[in-house]
Amino acid sequence: MKHVELMDISKSYDKQTNVLDEINLSINKGEFFVLVGPSGCGKSTLLRMVAGLEEITGGVLKLNDEVANHLPPKNRNLSMVFQNYALYPHLTVEQNILFGLDVKRVNKKEQKRRLMETAEMIGLSELLKRKPKELSGGQRQRVALARSVVSEAPLCLMDEPLSNLDAKLRAHMRVEIRRLQRKLGLTMIYVTHDQVEAMTMGDRIMVLNDGKVQQVGKPITLYNEPANTFVASFIGSPKMNMGKAELFVENRQIKVEDKLTFHLSPSDLIHIPADKKTMIGIRAEHIYPATEQDATNYLEVVGVEQLGNETIIVFEELGGHLWNAKWPGQWAINLGDKVPVNISVQNFCFFDAENGQLIQPAYQEQNQEQEVIAQ
Amino acid sequence: MNTESAMPFEYNQVHFEELKKQQRKKVFLKGLLFLLPSLLLFSIFIFYPMIRTVYLSFFLTNQAGITTVFVGMQNYIDIFTSPIFMKSLTSTFLFVLFTVPGTIIVSLFLAVIANEKIKGIGFFRMIFSSTMGVSVAAASVFWLFLFHPSIGFFNKILVTFGFDKIGWLTNPEWALASVSLSTIWMNIGFTFLIILGGLQSIDSHLYESANIDGAGFFYKLRRITIPMLSPTLFFVVTVSIINSFQTFGQIDMLTKGGPSNETNLIVYSIYREAFVNYQYGTASAQAVILFIIILIMTVIQFKLGERKVHYQ
Repeated sequence: MKHVELMDISKSYDKQTNVLDEINLSINKGEFFVLVGPSGCGKSTLLRMVAGLEEITGGVLKLNDEVANHLPPKNRNLSMVFQNYALYPHLTVEQNILFGLDVKRVNKKEQKRRLMETAEMIGLSELLKRKPKELSGGQRQRVALARSVVSEAPLCLMDEPLSNLDAKLRAHMRVEIRRLQRKLGLTMIYVTHDQVEAMTMGDRIMVLNDGKVQQVGKPITLYNEPANTFVASFIGSPKMNMGKAELFVENRQIKVEDKLTFHLSPSDLIHIPADKKTMIGIRAEHIYPATEQDATNYLEVVGVEQLGNETIIVFEELGGHLWNAKWPGQWAINLGDKVPVNISVQNFCFFDAENGQLIQPAYQEQNQEQEVIAQ
Repeated sequence: MNTESAMPFEYNQVHFEELKKQQRKKVFLKGLLFLLPSLLLFSIFIFYPMIRTVYLSFFLTNQAGITTVFVGMQNYIDIFTSPIFMKSLTSTFLFVLFTVPGTIIVSLFLAVIANEKIKGIGFFRMIFSSTMGVSVAAASVFWLFLFHPSIGFFNKILVTFGFDKIGWLTNPEWALASVSLSTIWMNIGFTFLIILGGLQSIDSHLYESANIDGAGFFYKLRRITIPMLSPTLFFVVTVSIINSFQTFGQIDMLTKGGPSNETNLIVYSIYREAFVNYQYGTASAQAVILFIIILIMTVIQFKLGERKVHYQ
């Protein structure tokens, strides 16, 4: 069942340029939906429009199948967690959590019951009498969460709620928010600029750039079949390696940035698009280490990042960008070395050289997926 | 073995101590150098007159202000037994009671409505704060016309509605209220500006969060705006009280302390005592009393107020 539906939603501040351009989207009940994009792409604005804090310039917003454009925030039956938490600094944690219930004149007994339940669930029972300034960043975040939970609103909006936390706490809160959302069956719209958060938390993700929808889909779909070069480079870390490619059918060759040459097998020729000029992308984990025998290419190393369990090798520039490879384990490689690598054309994503739209995703992936399913 | 290793260590420490002492001395001297200009100015214009005032309050003086006879506490005894000074004290307290809450309530109201994001709000903000740019003398002349018994705006209105004319500045029952009214008007600009500044520093997310919860205007005012504004309000109240106690200009322009000493506020009383009656001794004693009153009021405010003020 659809909970939130956006039809041709646009936003413009000066009536000339749209900061959001005809967004179409529907979010199901109980879904964890992530809006992700670089800063200034309009994702927060979109969220605030759903909340009713921002005027909708054009289009129709439906909540529970009813038009909600005109509704004030309080009648939309939702809760919101702000990036800076928006806790009332002069009120205690308890008063902060109960603020919304007090506004709605929920009776004291019911307030108490919900407070205890929520505090228990979120682990704030010990802190109820404290003021926000006596709390750590993580605890403040919990209070903001509790405020949203205690309202029992079926739709929860979150605007970059984890961006003020340190990396460790962020990873922890990611799991916790996700667990809470499942437990309470909330419909969640979650805004972030962090693609890792988007990938790990979302049931579905919408990638936004310059006020336009780039792609909507499951995290894995976005990763494997990015709709265009923007999504390809935005989703995944390190980002997808990209380069201009030229196909020479007669020689059964494909050349990337005039530097890397790949020979094509007959089956490759069937699978890859026939366009002469394309943009190709390959994930860092698909540039494999190779021995002298199975090396397809040699690349010069300009940087090595040791992460312990894996090693990121940064290669020379190809088409203005450094290429990255991610190899499992620890590799002792010297800068300036030319190392043999194995790159397979099967792992290439092909994009249109002109508009950057996906022509064909990596077909190796599809095979692997099918294998997994077959097993 | 222990002593061997300890010896040079101790020696070093003594050496460091000495160096540190020298450095501290240098820093202190440098600090003093920076303080010197303000110390000098304060001494000439604040500390010296203050000490001189206290000194004078124990003496009788001639017309030139030269001390003649030491009278000890006699000046204080005199002013506290003088009905005119007691009247002046009560008038002053009443005046403070009228003007401070009046100014703050009106300014708060204006600031809250001027804090809305509407087109052209800048114009209203300018108008509301404009009284700050009007000098007391100019404003008093303006109010003098408003209060004028025959051609004044207020009396004209009263007459149009069929009421009797009021001697705004000449009727003992009305004079203090009239002066208070004009003072409130004059103080609004400054207070409005400070309160507006305070309002604008409140995080707008707090209101958005309250909007989502469905809080109404007055609920937000009571539970967010006022508490978040408390440091600003506290500052404004303190400054307003001190200002009110020190009111002089509009009294001199509008009523000259009359009618029948009804508006003879303490600073005006000091002025008259010193520069009209040439009683520098009693004038100084009154000044000392004013200083003590303001000191006590401010201390009480800090003791009581600070507990309820929420600083972020």
